[in-house]
This record gives sequence, C-alpha cells and structure tokens, in this order.
Amino acid sequence: MSPDLLKLIFGRLTFESLPLHEPIVVGTFAVVATGGLIMVAGLTYFRVWGYLWSEWFTSVDHKRIGIMYMILGIVMLLRGFADALMMRLQQALAFGGSEGYLNSHHYDQVFTAHGVIMIFFVAMPLVTGLMNFVVPLQIGARDVSFPFLNNFSFWMTVGGAVLVMASLFIGEFARTGWLAYPPLSNIGYSPDVGVDYYIWGLQVAGVGTTLSGINLICTIVKLRCPGMTMMRMPVFTWTALCTNVLIVASFPVLTVVLALLSLDRYVGTNFFTNDFGGSPMMYVNLIWIWGHPEVYILVLPAFGIFSEVTSTFSGKRLFGYTSMVYATVVITILSYLVWLHHFFTMGSGASVNSFFGITTMIISIPTGAKMFNWLFTMYRGRIRFELPMMWTIAFMLTFVLGGMTGVLLAVPPADFVLHNSLFLIAHFHNVIIGGVVFGAFAGIGYWFPKAFGFKLDPFWGKLSFWFWVTGFYLAFMPLYVLGLMGVTRRLRVFDDPSLQIWFIVAGIGAFLVFLGILSMLIQFAVSFLRREQLKDVTGDPWDARTLEWATSSPPPAYNFAFTPVVHDNDAWWDMKKRGYQRPLLGFKPIHMPSSTGTGIILAGLATAMGFGLIWYIWWLAAASFIAMLAVGIGHTFNYHRDFDIPADDVIRAEDARTKLLAGAK
Amino acid sequence: MNTDTHAAHADDHHHGDGHAHGSFSTYMLGFVLSVVLTAIPFWLVMSGALPSKQITALVIMAFAVVQIVVHMIYFLHMNTTSENGWSMMALIFTIVMVVIALSGSLWVMNHLNSNMMPIHQMTGMK
Repeated sequence: MSPDLLKLIFGRLTFESLPLHEPIVVGTFAVVATGGLIMVAGLTYFRVWGYLWSEWFTSVDHKRIGIMYMILGIVMLLRGFADALMMRLQQALAFGGSEGYLNSHHYDQVFTAHGVIMIFFVAMPLVTGLMNFVVPLQIGARDVSFPFLNNFSFWMTVGGAVLVMASLFIGEFARTGWLAYPPLSNIGYSPDVGVDYYIWGLQVAGVGTTLSGINLICTIVKLRCPGMTMMRMPVFTWTALCTNVLIVASFPVLTVVLALLSLDRYVGTNFFTNDFGGSPMMYVNLIWIWGHPEVYILVLPAFGIFSEVTSTFSGKRLFGYTSMVYATVVITILSYLVWLHHFFTMGSGASVNSFFGITTMIISIPTGAKMFNWLFTMYRGRIRFELPMMWTIAFMLTFVLGGMTGVLLAVPPADFVLHNSLFLIAHFHNVIIGGVVFGAFAGIGYWFPKAFGFKLDPFWGKLSFWFWVTGFYLAFMPLYVLGLMGVTRRLRVFDDPSLQIWFIVAGIGAFLVFLGILSMLIQFAVSFLRREQLKDVTGDPWDARTLEWATSSPPPAYNFAFTPVVHDNDAWWDMKKRGYQRPLLGFKPIHMPSSTGTGIILAGLATAMGFGLIWYIWWLAAASFIAMLAVGIGHTFNYHRDFDIPADDVIRAEDARTKLLAGAK
Repeated sequence: MNTDTHAAHADDHHHGDGHAHGSFSTYMLGFVLSVVLTAIPFWLVMSGALPSKQITALVIMAFAVVQIVVHMIYFLHMNTTSENGWSMMALIFTIVMVVIALSGSLWVMNHLNSNMMPIHQMTGMK
C-alpha cells in the first residue's frame, strides 16, 4: 500500500509506535495480556458475559454503578501504585554514577502517569462510587435523578481510563508532569502522542465527572424523602452536595483549559505559547482554578465518611452537626480563593502572594473545627475499634500532620524555599493518602456489608491497615527531610551519595504499602469465601444511625418498599429509638427506570473518537462523532425507559427479609 | 409511548414546585429582545459609529451581559421563587464563582505581566 493511503487509514500510528524497544513495557504487556486473556476465557467459559451485560454494564441502578466505580478505582490503584513502586526503586538505585533501571523517556512517563491515574482514575472513582452508592440510600430515594445519565457518566470515566491505559502499549504517555504545563506540553516540545493521550483521556473522563456532579446535586436537592430538611441531611450527604457543586463549578474550567491547549497543539493557535502574545502562565493560572477545588472535591466526601464512622462507632450523635455543615460550606467557597498558592514563585508581587497566603491559612480554620468536632464526638463515647474507626483515627493523626506542613507551605517566603521540592510531594501525599485514601478505605469497610450482605474479614483488614499506615510514614517522612535539604521533585538520578539512605527507607515504606494493598485484595477474597460466617442479616451490622441501614443488606433494587419519613437528624437511630416496626403489608408496584446499553455504546464511541484524534486518524474521529450523535438522537426515541416492579415481587422480597430478620432474633 | 408514563409525567409536572412556564408572548418578547441586543453590537462594529475600538468592545460586553439576563428570564424562566429558590441560589453562586475567577485571573496576570515581562528588552527588540 502506498504511504499516503496508510497515513489516511492509520494517521501517525505505525509499527514503530509500539514500544517494542522497551523491555519493561513489553514484559508488562505480556503479563497484562496473559492476565486479560485468562480473565476473558474464564468469563466466557462460565458464560457470565450475558449476566454482566444485562445486570451490570447496562444497569442504571445507582448501587451497581457505585460498585463498578469502586472496582474501577481499585483496578486503577494497582496500575498507579505499580508506577509508584517503579519510581521508588529507580530513586533508591540511581546513586553513585548508576543510572538506575529506567531511562529518562520512560521515567518521565511513569511520574506523569502516576499523578494522572491516582487523581483522576483512582481517587475520583472511589469518591464518586461511594457517593453514588450511599447518597440515594441516605436520603431515602429509590435512585438518582437521572439514572441513565449515571450509567453514561460511569462509562465515560472508564473510557478516559482506557485511553490512559492504552498509552502504555500503543505509543506513549505525556512526559510533562501531571498538569502538563506549557510550553513543555505544546506541540513544539512534545510533538508526540503523549500529551494528546493526556488531553483526550481527561476530556472523555471529564464529561462523565461533570454529568455525575449535576446528577448528584439534582438528586440531593430534589429527591430527599419527606421530613428530611437540609439541616437533617446526614453529613456525608452534605459533603457530597458540596463536592458536586465544586465539580460542576470547576470541571468546566479544566475542560476549557485543555480545549485551548489542544487548539494550540492541533490548529496552531497561540494561547499558551511563548510567541504571538501567548502566555503559558495563563495556563498555570487557569488549571489551578480547577486544580485547587479538585483537592477539596476529593477530601470533602472523605470528611463526610469520617463523620458517619465516628458517630456510629462512638455510639453518639455527631458533635456540632451545624458547625460541621457550615465548615463544609465555608471550605467549599474558600477553596476557590486559594489557587495561587500553587505558584507563589511564578512572579506575582507581594500583595497577590500575601492575599493568597492568608486565604490558604484561613482555610485551615474550618478544617480544624471539623477535627475538634470528631474529637468531641469520640469524647465519652463507647468507641468500638472496628476497621473503619481505625482508619478514621489514623486519618486524624496523619491529616493533622499534613495540614500543618500545608500551613507551612502557605507562607510565601517559606514556599520560595520549599516549592517544587520533595517537601511538597510529602505534604500532598500526606493529605491525599491520609485524607482521601484512608477515607475511601474507611468507607469501603463501613458500607461493604450494606453493598454485599457480609462484613469484610477483620484479620486481613487489620493487617492491611498496619501495612498501609506504617508504610505510609516510612515512605513519606524521609521525603520531608529530603525536601528540607533541597532535593527537588521528579529527579531521576542523584549525585550526592549521602541522600541514598533516605530513598532506601522510602522505598521500604512503599514496599510495605504494597503489602497493604495485597492484604486488602486477600481480604476481599477471604471475606467472600467466609461470607456465611460474616453474613449480615439485620441490614444494620454496626448499629448505625442513618437511613441506608434501615433497609436490607444488600438493598433491593428499589431501596425502600415505602419511602421513609424523617423526624430527626440520624433518622434511623431515631426510628430505632421510637420502636420502628417494618411495614409488612400493603406493598404496591414500584416504578423504576429500565436498563439501557446506550451509555456504554456512547462512551465506547467517545473513546474511539479520542483515539482517532490522538493518532490523527481523522476518519475514525469523524465517524465516531457522527455515530455518537446518531446514537444520542436515537436514544431520545426509546420510549421503554421505565417499568413497574410488580407488587408480587416486592412482597416476595420483603417476606424473605422478614424471615431473615426473624431468624436473626 | 405508553399512556401511563405520560400521565405520570403530567402528574410530576404539577407538583407545585413553582416551575415557571413561558407563554407565546413572553417567548416572542424574549426573542425580539435578543435579536435587538444582537443587532445593535453588529451595527456598532459594521458602521464604526463609536470613536474608539475599546469603547465599542466595552459597549458590546455590556450588551452581552443584558443578553444573558434576557435569556435567563425569558427562556430559562428564572425568578426568585422558582424551584424553591434553588435557581436563584445557583445563580448567585455562579456569579460569585465567575467574579472570583475573572477578577482573580486579571489581578494575577496583571501582576505577572508587570513583574515578569522584560519591558526594556521588548522595546529594544522593535
């Protein structure tokens, strides 16, 4: 075939694009491909594709979508953590003239991919998954406001993850750092596909994130059950509301910044170039207007989880509910007023730097108030040290430390010394692991019995807990020290041999975290095998306080046979106290949304379009775009969007639960 | 479409949440206003009626703001009571966010511009 025709069909994709010259990548590919083939073969052998398609992939049930988000987050955690281990190993080795084992081309991709994956495809899915699963149950709703949109959002997030993962084996990923600052990310300095994978991966996933934000806001505002006023909402729902408001307000900024960057790269505009009036600084400014709210998007729901866990396992009403709500709202607003602290050193004057330094310090006040609320909730409580509570206490200790180094970094003169150093790396891992990751794990341990009907095995959970916590401290405390000594981030080789011991300690810490992740996976497997012993028949295994525990574990598709009526904060606790009797008669058919494959098809097309744009395969991009429009419009003619669960089915499900409950007593 | 869902939908619609609905005349009024508000800026640019480009740009921006308000009132049916006040709250929040992002960016970029641009070299390069 002529080269022109090949170019027309495959764009800039050639055999040379496959990283066959990188033995590490080839090895990874061999392992992933074999694993994938075994899984596909297994699924085919056991004939579960049909089940997966009809019960999960096309499901619009918020609980199943939430669980799928969690699975996505955990799978991507393995990839992101593999990157982390590789970096730790490289930095521990590359001393005394040694180049380590990663070349710079590969190493730069590894640290970029690590950041992008951990934020967008681990932390975000874990947080969104928990919100999806818990919020409708907590407010006594049967599903989210727009169930189809929810399914579509999930698959768009998967589409973005697929693009980022594809970059590992087809072409390469960005070598720019996780925010792809220009001019480095501009076409002149990054002419290859790496940055394009970055852009389109995030744009595809960003659609999902924004839409799921809108969906959850609408759900919380419109679908609360009777009696649940705003100030009676569980704290987790409050934090979910604020987080989704932040998502809807800030993700469009990211979309626009990346769109402008792609215009620079694709059609030669000069928004962020050095010439013709472009300003790379504007990119830095805009992306942090998104980026700072983003960290609060991640941590606010974690705060919500800790609030639920603390009050449940202390057996007390949450101390200072009102102040907790106001602290959350204040953080929501303030998170928009601090973005410049990410670039104090870029050259603003004293007035700008001090303004943003002070707003940054102010934000620690509502956060501190929350910390005291949790402490006072525990004070004189009957604390049960179950796993979620252990994660919460680890969070309180770790997060305070991270918060204090954050306030240190908020002082502009100190920032001039610490900026871009490993001190910063240690700080944000300190708050993101200590806050978001511990929060997600507390949430997983807490709501797992609700989702699956059996508790997680405590032995492997505790093992995982101790590996994670000690591993975290071993891995990141040395980075604080190194940062204070002036070691900058993203370095591949080192000259000063006296630094090596710190990197070795950090590497050992990372290995302990690896054992922690492994224990967690074993914990899931062991819990599944021991599910009969760990079974929760009551639906309320922790003696908890909020509405999600009023229904069975796992909840029926319709969540609640009758919409609950709320009279107090901690609605379920209040119902239990007043001797609530489950209604046993009078069930009616329940109106529910039906499953649809449109979401997964649309997201698949969007992913194909992204792939076409990345490789300049214009026909693929155009065809997928047109197909997306066609499928989208076609879906508006689908009138079979809802169905009624017959009263008989409801009666059967509820009777089964009555029997279970009677057996439990 | 089965008639049940139709009925259910119609039911949902009249729950008294304070959905505002436009009539033919309000839609027409909105349409005429937005056409007028679009035509005037066009005319300003085409005819060059105002003395300087900067003034023209500022006037166009002012028209754009009015245009936004017209759309919100006549097409999005926003008022202080719709959706139990949630629309108003969302609007206020949006305005706060946009003002913070725009004014903050202008302030920051202006500072960077005055501190970081090598003015003498730039003029020397001409």
